[in-house]
Amino acid sequence: MRTAITIICLSFLAACSQPESNTDTGDTAVNMQKQIQTQLLNAKPGDVITIPEGRFEMMRGLSLKVDGVTIKGAGMDKTVLDFKNQISGAEGLLVTASDFTIEDLAIEDAKGDALKIMEGKNIIVRRVRTEWTNGPATENGAYGIYPVQTENTLIDGAVAIGASDAGIYVGQSRNVIVRNSRAEYNVAGIEIENTIDADVYDNIATNNTGGVLVFNMPNLSMEGKNTRVFRNQIFANNTPNFAPAGGAVAGVPAGSGISINSNDAIEIFDNDLKDNQTAHIVISSVFSTNYNTRDTATAFDPYPETISIHDNRYEGGGDKPDTEYLPQLKTAAFGEDGSFPNVIWDGFVNKDKVVDGVLKPEYQICIYNEASSEVFNIDAPNQFASPKIGDTEHQCKHAPLPAIELALAD
Amino acid sequence: MRDLRSVATLFWATFVSLCLLGCNPTQVAFQETDAEILSTWGLMRSDGEHLSLSEDVIPYQLNSALFTDYAHKLRTVTLPEGFKATANEDGSINFPVGTIISKTFFYPRSAAQLLKTDDNGAYFDSAIGSQGGLELSRVALIETRLLVHRQNGWVALPYVWNEAQTEATLEITGDAKSLSIKDEVRRYDFTYIVPDKNQCAGCHATNATSREIGPIGPRIHNLNRTYDYQSTAINQLDYWRDIGMLALDTPPEELPAMVNWADASLDVESRARAYLDVNCGHCHNEKGSADTSGLFLDSKTDNQTRLGVCKLPIAAGQGTGGNKFSIVPGKPADSILVYRMKSVDPGAMMPELGRSLAHSEGIGLIEDWVASLPGECD
Repeated sequence: MRTAITIICLSFLAACSQPESNTDTGDTAVNMQKQIQTQLLNAKPGDVITIPEGRFEMMRGLSLKVDGVTIKGAGMDKTVLDFKNQISGAEGLLVTASDFTIEDLAIEDAKGDALKIMEGKNIIVRRVRTEWTNGPATENGAYGIYPVQTENTLIDGAVAIGASDAGIYVGQSRNVIVRNSRAEYNVAGIEIENTIDADVYDNIATNNTGGVLVFNMPNLSMEGKNTRVFRNQIFANNTPNFAPAGGAVAGVPAGSGISINSNDAIEIFDNDLKDNQTAHIVISSVFSTNYNTRDTATAFDPYPETISIHDNRYEGGGDKPDTEYLPQLKTAAFGEDGSFPNVIWDGFVNKDKVVDGVLKPEYQICIYNEASSEVFNIDAPNQFASPKIGDTEHQCKHAPLPAIELALAD
Repeated sequence: MRDLRSVATLFWATFVSLCLLGCNPTQVAFQETDAEILSTWGLMRSDGEHLSLSEDVIPYQLNSALFTDYAHKLRTVTLPEGFKATANEDGSINFPVGTIISKTFFYPRSAAQLLKTDDNGAYFDSAIGSQGGLELSRVALIETRLLVHRQNGWVALPYVWNEAQTEATLEITGDAKSLSIKDEVRRYDFTYIVPDKNQCAGCHATNATSREIGPIGPRIHNLNRTYDYQSTAINQLDYWRDIGMLALDTPPEELPAMVNWADASLDVESRARAYLDVNCGHCHNEKGSADTSGLFLDSKTDNQTRLGVCKLPIAAGQGTGGNKFSIVPGKPADSILVYRMKSVDPGAMMPELGRSLAHSEGIGLIEDWVASLPGECD
């Protein structure tokens, strides 16, 4: 009743003045920008916003704040939101909503992050491409597909190219699946950071600086653990690091297949790792990244622990390590024409968990069902004084991690 | 009369006459409808020569305010008759349902040339109308943003002024205007961005989890200052209490007051912290949308790492400008915070919304502050 009266009342008032007519330029790009923006602004739960085939120039970042909305294009190579001339907004599309699905479209050349999804539950990103079309470049946006502080997230069949930080980056989230996706020419192909319970499988990561990263950073709302990386094709991730200096991934050596930093309870299995020239698997603590130690929160656990590596297949790689010190270490230990073992480790351990000079088995890097259980410990805690190959201490097994249960992925 | 919650009980004739009062700048708040034109709200009226505020529309100023491309801002608050605002322990204010807060963005001008000056409150003319207003030969109106407190929460609405300066139209998708402003030295050409409705909410949702939006500026410590009303200069909080708008037991002089960041007679530390609070703290607080970064710049924060001292970036991307820490004590040129304030690249700059120009006065202050900090990071 009240609404009806208000509307009648408004119609009286409208008669009082002469509203200006909208000055529409008639330009289709402007119209499409406005149309999509309006649909997002006025969306109601349950809405499906369909964007037709075509390339649409976006001058301003888009945003969605309504739960339960689906955005759907005609295909990741057919519906393209082109942000090359973006003048405002730090993202291509910023979503702060739950029960959100986006599928079958591309976001190109966003000035900042391409697709950021913050503080939502039940998120599906399916067959979405995010790309910086000029190839790897420091001035590209940081993240392609970027859910952060989310719960129950599925990234399926996505493509991420050219991000100056991570192509697919899941941060500070719980219960995540990243699968059937392709990450190419990013600094980090797929990165799981400060996230609890993630499965990363059936993906392709190639031509990144690092293929798949599982990191923990200090000073954040949560510390990550329990990530499974399996059945992925991770090859030739040798693109020189083009991240802007200062960020955490700026320290990732080119040629890293899978990189684990300060994260715990990780299972890496059944992957095909090939031609990653620093090493197929790099395990390190925040202490040896360019991410410093000084501000490390006292509660932060900087040690990568309980890592399980098994049933992977390797080919080539480890032959041309990046960074200042790794080439020298490789040559010294394995000769000019030699290669690192499949797994290298910076050697930082929590001294409280060491018994008789060896880290307790439950925290170890365990390797089984592989051609070699060698781990090259570069002895970073002692400025690389006595790097050595560990073997027997890594011949151990951790219980397999349970599969992620994610109803929206079924 | 402003409170439409009881309107349903009125007779038709009474109702029509009440509606028609909206033709005069009299208060009629349409709580549930986003009026297409600003004048419908009855807050202010422009004849192209003067913008004048309606009778129960109370103008106010803040001690320290957000930078928006050197736009000056005329702020008003209007409460539903018979309702009072109350203050919380933390200085935030509970405005009753039916409250409308407005912020009109304008530039001083000399003939057709817009002028570049920091907002100094000098253009508000208390002699215009009953509550004062703006002389439109001296200023150019750009946009008026409303925050309307409805039964189910606040809503933010951006209205864009027409060329004739007689009306502003709701533009929920925002707008972009090519502007040119000038100081003694040079001209600055830029695109002034009117935020879209979501972008309004992006800043005004200071808690990113609840996503509830609300006013940012009008908090007790930021309102605690004198204001030049028609007849007298009086503390705003006293005035609000005296006219029955605010329940307040404590005299303002016993309440905290935020400093004016631009007041060069004050110490750099408190000016800088006030500046960071009003320009960054609505997102960079422990519950805000920038909590993903772990960098908190609101005035409550005293942990030095949280404040950015020797803190490494999390997801700054090209916003680092090649620097390793948010703040390097003594070295503003090596501090990400300063770099991002100087940037006008949407992918790197901070704040990410609300400006197209760098605020050199604010940057100067933060540089001075960073330069004054002791210690080192490596």
